[in-house]
Amino acid sequence: MFWRMIFKTLARQKSKMLMIAFTVILGVSLSTAMMNVMLGVGDKVNRELKVYGANITVRHKDAALMSDLYGLTEGLGVNDKFLYEEDIFKLKTIFWGFNILDFVPMLDGHAILSVKGRAGIVGDVSIFGTWSEKHAILSTGEELSTGLKSLRTWWDVKGEWIGENENDAVMIGHLLATQNKIHVGDAITLSNNGVIKNYIVKGIYNDGGNADDKILMTLPAVQELMVLQGKISSIEVSALTTPDNDLARKAAQDPKSLSPDEYETWYCTAYVSAICHQIQEVIRDGVAKPVRQVAESEGTILNKTTLLMILITILSSIGSALAISNLITASVIERSQELGLLKALGAYNWQIALLVLLEVMITGLFGGILGYFLGIGFAQIIGQTVFGSYIEIARMVILIVAVILFFVTLLGSVPAIRYLMALKPTEVLHGK
Amino acid sequence: MSDKILELKNVSKIYGSLKALADINLSVNAGDWLSIMGPSGSGKTTMINIIGCMDTPSLGNVILDGVDISKENAANLTRIRRNKIGLIFQQFHLISYLTAVENVMVAQYYHSMPDEEEAMEALAKVGLQDRAHHLPAQLSGGEQQRVCIARALINSPQILLGDEPTGNLDEENEAIVVDIFRRLHDEGVTIIIVTHDPEVGDVAQRKIILEHGKIVNDIDQSATFGEALKLRN
Ligand SMILES: Nc1ncnc2c1ncn2[C@@H]1O[C@H](COP(=O)(O)OP(=O)(O)OP(=O)(O)O)[C@@H](O)[C@H]1O
Ligand SMILES: [Mg+2]
Repeated sequence: MFWRMIFKTLARQKSKMLMIAFTVILGVSLSTAMMNVMLGVGDKVNRELKVYGANITVRHKDAALMSDLYGLTEGLGVNDKFLYEEDIFKLKTIFWGFNILDFVPMLDGHAILSVKGRAGIVGDVSIFGTWSEKHAILSTGEELSTGLKSLRTWWDVKGEWIGENENDAVMIGHLLATQNKIHVGDAITLSNNGVIKNYIVKGIYNDGGNADDKILMTLPAVQELMVLQGKISSIEVSALTTPDNDLARKAAQDPKSLSPDEYETWYCTAYVSAICHQIQEVIRDGVAKPVRQVAESEGTILNKTTLLMILITILSSIGSALAISNLITASVIERSQELGLLKALGAYNWQIALLVLLEVMITGLFGGILGYFLGIGFAQIIGQTVFGSYIEIARMVILIVAVILFFVTLLGSVPAIRYLMALKPTEVLHGK
Repeated sequence: MSDKILELKNVSKIYGSLKALADINLSVNAGDWLSIMGPSGSGKTTMINIIGCMDTPSLGNVILDGVDISKENAANLTRIRRNKIGLIFQQFHLISYLTAVENVMVAQYYHSMPDEEEAMEALAKVGLQDRAHHLPAQLSGGEQQRVCIARALINSPQILLGDEPTGNLDEENEAIVVDIFRRLHDEGVTIIIVTHDPEVGDVAQRKIILEHGKIVNDIDQSATFGEALKLRN
């Protein structure tokens, strides 16, 4: 009887219930989309921002000190302190190894440049050796695939990137190339302290920064030319990090100031400072420093995006609650004679409240299910258009949305239920 | 005492400066048929509402089947009403989207358990077994009022209360309804009916006249009881 009444009421109130369902669909789809994007976006935004380059650099502690003191940037200044190339793979063994997406060694040097078939020398130029690409299998069995190519996605390259093992090929910064009319395919000679080698120019790159007057070579090529086998000047690391909070800032000042519990929390959270700390534990003589602007903006953008999404979810929930509340109240007032009659026939207040609540909840459930799937669709559209990738669907969202929906409908029903609680059967039944 | 089903002792209902009921004393025996008459605004509906546990008096006591209901809370009044009172209204108040039999079953649901067979029997009692699956809109006014009576009777109440139950009916349907009351009276149901219609008022055993919230006349009609408004065949 109860269900027959509920379903007949629902059927009779089709247009109102459709409006409620529609409101719920709208609210739920929006919340579902926002929450899925929010949960999936942390990584997405970080990956997006990664195109701006490394967010951590590791240098020899003395070189790092010099650069702190005199504001010298990488590649300049102190050149006689080096890190060990053999340490580099240890980066993947740290606690947050999985969060390290890319890393490349850098060895800076300089050499005398001359172009084949032209008289005289061009001059003393800066060179740097690195991994253009690197494929390796780690001792853990993990397959590694990284390289400068992934860290310099914005480079505009004429010709081609040098290959992983092309030790006799180079790429030239476009400033150096245009000033000296060097083209892709030209042969050049580089010499340093009696070591003389010939190379082919495979590509010309435009960095838009201070690398544009340098020559890029493979790491072994620079080590050979500079006679620095097994040595590197720095490591560029790109890692996924958690936005800093007070604990992270305190730890960045001095990890020793933390209590053991705080230390544990900090160490096991992917803060930039925690990752830097862990890197220093494995790279001998290394000092890891976040590249501030990038690391911080990542966090801020992430925080702001999250805030925006939460705001949209809250606002859409409030909007739904208000709309639902209006619709239910109108429906209850419209039916006050019928509900008053039920009271006269012996229905308790709670029984009538339950009747109305269930009507709304059933409608809400249908709307919610529809809205959820619509929301997943929206999330994918946002993922594709904004972040260019699939957004992982978080199961947790179903639960959160269900709880929000439940409370929104409950809250929306409050005015209607108060109205029908106060409703006196004598007032509606004798009206003429 | 034992055969007194209802007793009003010094009952008043006061709205601001208006005394809708003023110091009413009334006792009704179980199985009585009482009609309440009086001009508009004299307090008839107010009285029925108080007896029907839908309202409480401002002053005085109402003893229903040995229980003082004048100070009960709303939930208790609801419980007493669903067990002891059957209500009929001038406007019938059937639920428009439920069929006749379903309307009867709603009352069963809020009393105990819906039982379609029992509901059908109740409709048969008022001569509507053929119309059980019609919606109210498909029934005549007289038929609707009979569904309403079937609904009021389904839980075997001790008292049947009607506020102008024949007010919206033509003479023929009025006679049918009165005939049903007569049968219920024979079964021992206490009947209290508010009416404007002198003919309906006259068929009762007893008639009280209200004016300005006071009982101005209390007429014993047992001598003529059963004479008026016989169903014309
Ligand atoms: N809720 C209320 N608030 C204020 N006054 C009320 C209320 N209910 C009834 N009254 C007043 O109490 C008086 C008696 O009303 P009641 O409805 O009992 O009259 P009645 O005898 O049933 O009249 P009618 O024959 O027109 O139905 C009237 O003057 C009415 O205006
Ligand atoms: Mg009245």
